[in-house]
Amino acid sequence: MDLFIQQLINGLTLGSVYILVGIGLTLVFGILHIPNFAHGALYMLGGYVTFMAMTSLGLHYVLGIIISMIAVALIAVLMERGVFHHLRNAPPIHDKIAAIGIMLFLEALVLVVWGAEYRNMNTPYSGTLNLGAVSISTQRIIIIAVSVIVVLILYWFLKKTMVGASIIAMAQNREGAYLVGINASKVAMMTFAISGALAALAASLSTPINLLFPAMGHLVIMKAFIIVIIGGMGSIPGAIFGGYLLGITESLGATYISSDYKDLIAFVLLVIIMTWKPRGLFAKEVH
Amino acid sequence: MSSAMMKRISIAILIAIAVIFPLVVDNQYISRLMTLSFIYIIAIYGMNLLAGFTGYLSLAHAGFFAVGAYALGIFTTRYEMHFWLAFILAILFTTVVGAIIGLIALRTREHFFAIYTLIVGYLIYLIIDKWDEMTGGVRGLIGIPYPSAIGPLEFNNELTMYYLNLFFFLLATLVMARIVHSLTGRTFIAIRNSEELAQTLGINTQTNKITSFVISIVFAGTAGALYAAYVRFLGPDIANLPMVFDFLMYLIVGGIGTIAGPIVGTMLITFLTQSLQGLQEYRMLIFGPILTLLVIFYPNGIVGAISMFKMKFQNKRQEKAQNLQNQDKNEVKEG
Repeated sequence: MDLFIQQLINGLTLGSVYILVGIGLTLVFGILHIPNFAHGALYMLGGYVTFMAMTSLGLHYVLGIIISMIAVALIAVLMERGVFHHLRNAPPIHDKIAAIGIMLFLEALVLVVWGAEYRNMNTPYSGTLNLGAVSISTQRIIIIAVSVIVVLILYWFLKKTMVGASIIAMAQNREGAYLVGINASKVAMMTFAISGALAALAASLSTPINLLFPAMGHLVIMKAFIIVIIGGMGSIPGAIFGGYLLGITESLGATYISSDYKDLIAFVLLVIIMTWKPRGLFAKEVH
Repeated sequence: MSSAMMKRISIAILIAIAVIFPLVVDNQYISRLMTLSFIYIIAIYGMNLLAGFTGYLSLAHAGFFAVGAYALGIFTTRYEMHFWLAFILAILFTTVVGAIIGLIALRTREHFFAIYTLIVGYLIYLIIDKWDEMTGGVRGLIGIPYPSAIGPLEFNNELTMYYLNLFFFLLATLVMARIVHSLTGRTFIAIRNSEELAQTLGINTQTNKITSFVISIVFAGTAGALYAAYVRFLGPDIANLPMVFDFLMYLIVGGIGTIAGPIVGTMLITFLTQSLQGLQEYRMLIFGPILTLLVIFYPNGIVGAISMFKMKFQNKRQEKAQNLQNQDKNEVKEG
């Protein structure tokens, strides 16, 4: 039972990271209909910026995260302005290829600047909390708590503010949004900024319990795609559900089935779901 | 001379160059690069048929390439089959696996298809990587034999392997050209341009998409089997993501949706990266942005850009000729 609870908490941690990455991805998809393959690279970049802010500049972990979120948000906005904006009327296949190009570039860039070695990020929060036989590291608690808080703030932002409402409006109906005078460019930039900041936050939170390396975005982006598809592209509650589902399945699967095949579990889960429902579990019927 | 005639002659010259190439250039390394390019081009033809002509970007093709390669490797080493039997079975096996995946994958559309195939490709990589007993896992699969002799033709050195792969490459090019210019090919293009419109015209889009998918898998599987026979050592990395991104890069730089594109892109980049040997790892620093910029400015790659310039040039010439004629005739008519 203790093992089960332990793994459940590990699953929640994993799920929280996936949710932060997935929400960014789903927001961008919902509004611009771009599957941003470069999102994993933004995630990786976020981890590196935080790491460098901490080691080279000697800043505090929290400050490092804030810098990283701002930096990656800016890069994401640049991506939108420089690339996706020009492709808004192009066939859908072009967005994907452009995104892949950006991803390859960012990975190579990190490889040149910081090298291929695996790095460890040490945070000031390295304690553990013991509850009976279950022990949880402080970092995991931080991950879960921060992701819940961030999701709540985001929810408030989207529902209660004017800017947030315009994002939602764009997602619901593009032409309608134009008609009521919403500035599409502004909304697109805003969305990319949010998605970049969330990716940076997710990476900065998760690297202390994982490792930092240039290809760290690959698995995460694919898993984020999985949760976004499970939850339906463009749906935030769907991403939250998918994130926790995947995190917990993975962590329990690793314990009770096989840790070698734990990454396979996620992909098999997706293949099953896509086979059964090609547009995801909670997809709204659009067409 | 008509342009069709010109085209034929230049193709014949190119083939002649390819045939005498290894005899003139006595450099094993370069002919090895050529042979590998031939193999990759066959796989990229498959990707091109699906992405360039049918409009479905599959990111699982490195995976299917690896399935073909590993199938040949496993059939010849673990089951000790005759090489050519194993070769045919490997292609068949890849096609069957591909057809099953295609049936499911093609239920999804556009972005979902790309994501689904990306994940299927990664799944194939994971399976090859983890299934130690069968594939040799990270240690790789060794001891794949040279192709057995066909009559007097023996394949046991660089030169003969070059010709074997050249043969398959030319065959693949011919088949691809026939497919693209056939009614089926036109149907694929109709689907790419607008699936709804194609449907309205009475095209069974689902059947055609599956046909395109299966044909593209046959190409990928064949290329994989040839790769296994040529390199004779397999590691799981041939199924991994960088491989499919390399394929995609060759395709985009050369020209997606053209026949010559895969050839131009693969040859060009293979030889360019060889001269930047030490930068192998960092090559994406240059090619990543190139990919993005090409898609924005020249979505049909080098080949597309060339034919665009040609068309512009011809148009201009025609306009000039027309203007002259008009001036000659009557000044009033011009207004």
